[in-house]
Amino acid sequence: MDEIKLHFEVSGDDFTRAGEASGEVKRVLKEIWFSSAVIRNVSIAMYEGEINMVIHAGGGEIDVEISPECISMVLADHGPGIENVELAMQEGYSTAPDNVRCLGFGAGMGLPNIKKYTDEMDIQTELGVGTTITLKVYNQ
Amino acid sequence: MTVLELQKILDAELVCGEEHMDREVHTACGSDMMSDVLAFVKEQAVMLTGLVNAQVVRTAEMMDMKVIVFVRGKCPDASIVSLAKQLDIVVLKTKLEMFTSCGRLYEAGLRGGCNANG
Repeated sequence: MDEIKLHFEVSGDDFTRAGEASGEVKRVLKEIWFSSAVIRNVSIAMYEGEINMVIHAGGGEIDVEISPECISMVLADHGPGIENVELAMQEGYSTAPDNVRCLGFGAGMGLPNIKKYTDEMDIQTELGVGTTITLKVYNQ
Repeated sequence: MTVLELQKILDAELVCGEEHMDREVHTACGSDMMSDVLAFVKEQAVMLTGLVNAQVVRTAEMMDMKVIVFVRGKCPDASIVSLAKQLDIVVLKTKLEMFTSCGRLYEAGLRGGCNANG
């Protein structure tokens, strides 16, 4: 199989559309016959990242590269940045406003979840500039 | 149990997915927090929730869930139903509260399937 590259623009205006990109990646992975565990790990991690982009950063861009060995995702936004990455990685810590909790998110599980479901996770963030999260899930 | 049995146990109304009523389901979870569903749940076929928005369906999609039950009389709008149809997910709604719904299903043999305590 050749390497597949996918690019998504994630709108920050429409919460109802959050998850479309992750759903599309899931469909592509199913067609290539990755194991259900790999597919689910990629889907959940990317979905959490996509939701984060919409909730916190007004949208962004996601680039996905799929090879037989590894699925890598780069989620980049131009939002406010993460003030304290260490805190944000703690389960239950959230800066999401109440209206986001009413939507079923903002429990402080986003970044910890992403870490849980990926093999590699790197966060580059700068206040007022944005955040880029690079994720890898190996096809084991 | 089948989805049809589940529907009867919950006195639920079918919203979409009538072609899948013979699907077998053995595990379920109940939550209004999608973050928690994504964090703590594994291999569950049914999600019971009182939250009504498109992300409920998206969460079910990511978790490979087959059935969504809206509890407390919550009613999904057309866009939610359309997304569920597109993703082949059965949608039911019941007037029962979350606790009663979960209790009835547990009594009938459905289990949690969580990582921690099964």
